[in-house]
Parts: sequence; structure tokens; C-alpha cells
Amino acid sequence: MRPFQYERAASPARAVSSADAGSKYHAGGTTLIDLMKLDVWRPERLIDISALKEPRMTRIERNGKALRIGSMVTMAALAGDEGVRRSCPVLTDSLWLAASAQLRNMARLGGNVLQMTRCSYYRDTSYDQCNKRAPGSGCAALDGSNRHHAILGTSDACIATYPGDWAQALIALDAVVEILGKDGPKSVPFATLHRQPGNRPDVETTLAAGDLITAFVIPDADWARSKYLKIRDRESYAFALTSAAVALRMDGDAVSDVRIGLGGVATVPWRATAAEAVLKNAALSEDTAQQAAEAAFAGANTLEHNAYKVELGKRTLVRALMDTAGMEA
Amino acid sequence: MADDIKKAGPDRRSVLKGSALAGGVGAMLATNVRAAQDGEPRAAAAVSRIPVSLSVNGQTRDVSVDTRATLLDTLRHDFELTGTKKGCDHGQCGACTVHIDGERKLSCLTLAATVEGADIVTIEGLAKGDALHPMQQAFIDHDAFQCGYCTPGQIMSAVALVKEGHTGSDAEIREYMSGNLCRCAAYPNIVAAVKQAAPQMGDA
Ligand SMILES: Cc1cc2nc3c(=O)[nH]c(=O)nc-3n(C[C@H](O)[C@H](O)[C@H](O)COP(=O)(O)OP(=O)(O)OC[C@H]3O[C@@H](n4cnc5c(N)ncnc54)[C@H](O)[C@@H]3O)c2cc1C
Ligand code: SF4
Ligand code: FES
Ligand code: FES
Repeated sequence: MRPFQYERAASPARAVSSADAGSKYHAGGTTLIDLMKLDVWRPERLIDISALKEPRMTRIERNGKALRIGSMVTMAALAGDEGVRRSCPVLTDSLWLAASAQLRNMARLGGNVLQMTRCSYYRDTSYDQCNKRAPGSGCAALDGSNRHHAILGTSDACIATYPGDWAQALIALDAVVEILGKDGPKSVPFATLHRQPGNRPDVETTLAAGDLITAFVIPDADWARSKYLKIRDRESYAFALTSAAVALRMDGDAVSDVRIGLGGVATVPWRATAAEAVLKNAALSEDTAQQAAEAAFAGANTLEHNAYKVELGKRTLVRALMDTAGMEA
Repeated sequence: MADDIKKAGPDRRSVLKGSALAGGVGAMLATNVRAAQDGEPRAAAAVSRIPVSLSVNGQTRDVSVDTRATLLDTLRHDFELTGTKKGCDHGQCGACTVHIDGERKLSCLTLAATVEGADIVTIEGLAKGDALHPMQQAFIDHDAFQCGYCTPGQIMSAVALVKEGHTGSDAEIREYMSGNLCRCAAYPNIVAAVKQAAPQMGDA
């Protein structure tokens, strides 16, 4: 690891004013320190925000249907919140099915949504080609080992999968991100936080330098019928090959409202709007679920080793929909 | 180590480049050599040190650490507490698990500078004098290891798991122990050990 300066932020405002192009925020450190050890990230200065105590960054608050979750809340703390588990289990499931108990105790939700792809060529600096790590160098995954890579939202420059789980629940539930920037506080839809790679895979997000995520707001977090289904190479402690975050409201057999996020298959957190349109106001059955799944993966682009994700992704979504419909409302 | 290489002259570099380097250390050296060839090394940033006061197993010590130092390396090198093991050094195996303010965390991804003032407990801090912690005794009773390398991390994780209340079923124990890999695959015995120790733990 390269040398760096370390400072503890005294307040959110001081953190933001201190941030510059050479600095990075340190929340739980589980993505940051990993990538610094790999020499993929080379910040000159770390601004440690992990001890910030501002209530707006550390609390889980309910206001009617709305849920506001501070960015410093750990994955473990939100996964362990019984109220959230009852009213919106997709938020809980997408956390306890992620990483390990130790990592969930360390990782903060602000850092969680900004975790980086696990593309092995990105993580290994001995490969010269990686447009995300070294812009303009090419993409070693295109004709390399791409079994874990994305089939939706890809470009000729990068096919790296967005690896996170919780983000799929956030995008499905129309979450809003609260940010403290150099020009003051602002809010943006979670759906606009991550950028598809296009021809600039090195630019991951729409955040400006110094932008500090302070909280996530879910305007309507009453989805007792919701779940996260995650399919992995092993039963636990692995990233998703495919996953589905599903939230349903039913009127008898008819779907009155539906939200779908897909993980493991796309370059960014992925909202399956075409699939939602198929289901809205339709009767939910294996058939209509299958039609929704076809719509979700209609635009898939596959490569040598990842074509299996189309069929696996469809089956994951169908099963998630049918399981969710069977939940007690 | 990185600094030794940066200081080394071109001769050392070409020797390294030409030799077949194998294993972790080799890979690290090779990475550094490559960065140098790419003309990337920025004006070698100065090593930065920071004073921290660390409370480990009830004893507080003031140490000066490189900002890059992980808690894992600090425990092993500065505190000479080598019970905590380094497996992957990247958060993937759980061998380095310790308790920080009562929660299980990975010391390999924790910078020592970030745990100033925190209450850290390592495997060395579990026993009360010669009396083993019930979880340590249970691991012995159930042969819950072969080589033993993963064991300190397994035990630290298991103690925390009991306190978290995740002993409802074998499946739940396995799920909440999944962050601790065991190359010797002592998994069934580890589950048995956790089940023996759980009711004995009380407030231990
Ligand atoms: C072995 C392993 C397995 C894993 N498995 C999974 C898995 O199955 N599913 C899953 O979803 N995740 C998984 N993860 C990823 C893990 O969830 C993330 O590393 C973690 O959530 C990141 O949170 P953090 O607080 O540690 O972030 P940090 O490492 O501290 O920060 C990550 C990034 O976010 C920035 N940042 C942090 N907080 C803020 C903020 N408030 N505002 C602006 N920028 C900020 C940092 O500067 C940095 O760029 C795994 C990680 C490991 C190491
Ligand atoms: S897929 Fe993206 S991250 Fe992976 S090698 Fe290609 S450019 Fe790099
Ligand atoms: S050494 Fe820390 S998780 Fe492997
Ligand atoms: S006992 Fe050998 S790795 Fe677990």
C-alpha cells in the first residue's frame, strides 16, 4: 500500500470542506482498504468519517410510510431492525444475504452502495487492460474469463458487474439519496447515482468531488410482501450470480403494484421497468411471471462465459415473484 | 517492503523482473516493479505516522503506527499477539477476526488508526488465567480443527455469534459462521462445538 495522510473528520461539514481530488472518505473501509492493498486505489489522504455521530447520519427513522436511513448505519444494524424486517423484508434480506457477519458489522450503508465491481481484471494490476482502472487501456474481460460479468447495461468499453445486493432493493423502492456537497445539501434519486459505463467506465457515479452521502430515504417503505432472492456459486458468503429484489401489492390475484430490481446481471443497480409493466394490473401466475422475465432480459448482451445468466436470471425472477406473491401481506 | 523496492536501483529491478517470482511476496514485488516501469510512481509520498492509544485485552498502550498499518499487523508485530492469524489479508477468510467494542470484525481491513480508544479483544484475551473460555474448551472437545490456522478466527467469531443469538439451528449457525473459512473443512465439528459452548457461556 502506498503512504497516505490520515485525518478524522470532526463533522460532516468539515469532512466535505476538507475533501479534494486526492482524498477519499473512509467509512467501514472494507472496499477502500481492500482496493488500496491491491494498489488499484491510490488516495493521498483518507478522511475517516466512521466516527461521525450526527443523528441524521447514524439513525434509522420512520415517518409514516417513509423510512430514512443514515449513511453511517452498518449493514448489520439495518439487517437487525425488527420493524424494517416486518414492514419491508426486501431491505433486510438483501443485507443478511450479503458478505459475512464480520463485514456487515464494519460496512456502512453509504459505503455499501459505492462498493466496486469484483471484476478480477480490475482488481489485478498485473493486467494492463482495464478501462475502469486505466482509462483507454482496453477491457481484458471481453475476450477473457467473463463468467461473472454483466449482460445488461454493458458497453464495448466495460462489462463489469455491479456486485452489491442492497442497492437492488433501493432502486426497486425509488429511494432518494441525501447528500452534503461543497455547495450544501441536495437530494438525488438513487436511480441516478450510478452511471452505466458507456465510453467512460472509470466514472462510476454522478457524485461530485467531496459529495458526502448522509442518508437514504425510502418514501414508501410499506412492502410487507417483498423479498430478495440471491443465487450464488455457494450457499453463503458469495456475490450474486443473479438476484431479484421484488416488492408486490396484490388485489386478489391481480398485481396492483410491483417493483423489481435485478442484481448480478447488470453494470449498475438495475430496475426492471419493462417487467414491471407486464405485471401491473395483470393476474400473477407462472405464465405472466415468465412473460415479465422475458421482458426483463430482452436486451441482454452475452459473451463467451456469461450467457447462462439469461436463463438463470429469468428463473430467479420468476421464483422471486411467485415466492413473494405467496407471502402474508 | 514496498519502500525497500522503491529505493532499490535499476539493477535490482531487472534482476527481479527476470526471475520467476512465485507466491504472494513475489506477486507484490512484481506489482511494484511494474508500476515503476510504467513511469507511474508519483514522487514517493512520505510515510506518515500517527500516535494511537490502543486498548487490547484490557491493557492500554500508546503506539506510533504507519497510517497504513492494519490492526492485524499491529497486533502481531507491535503487541506480539500472534494468535490472530493472517489468511487472505483481504476480508475473505475470517482468520483475522477480533472483537472491537464487542462486535466481531476483520482486523485485516481495519486500520489501526481508526480504532483509537476502542476496546479490542483477541483470542489471547478469552481465557481467564488457565481456565479456557467455554468455546475454546468446546473446540478441543469436538476436535473442531485440524491444522488450527483458522481456529482463533473461528473461536472469536463463534463467541460473537452466540452473543448475537444466532444459534437457533445448525443451519443458522452455519450461515452466521460462513465468514470463517476452514481449509481443513472442520465445519461439522465447529457447529458441534458452538452448540456445546452456547448454553455454557452465560455472560462470559
Ligand atoms: C470478502 C467480501 C465479500 C463481500 N460480499 C458482498 C456481498 O455478497 N454482497 C454485497 O452487497 N457486498 C459484499 N461485499 C462488499 C461490502 O458490502 C462492501 O465492501 C461494504 O458494504 C462497503 O462499505 P464500507 O463502509 O466498508 O465502505 P468503504 O470501503 O469505507 O467505502 C467504499 C467507498 O465509498 C466511499 N464512501 C463511503 N461512505 C461514503 C459516504 N457517506 N459518502 C460518500 N462516499 C462514501 C468511500 O470513499 C469509498 O470510495 C463484500 C466485501 C468483501 C470484502
Ligand atoms: S469489465 Fe470493466 S472493470 Fe473489468 S476489465 Fe473490462 S473495463 Fe476493466
Ligand atoms: S485475513 Fe482477514 S479476512 Fe482473511
Ligand atoms: S483447521 Fe485448518 S484451516 Fe481450519
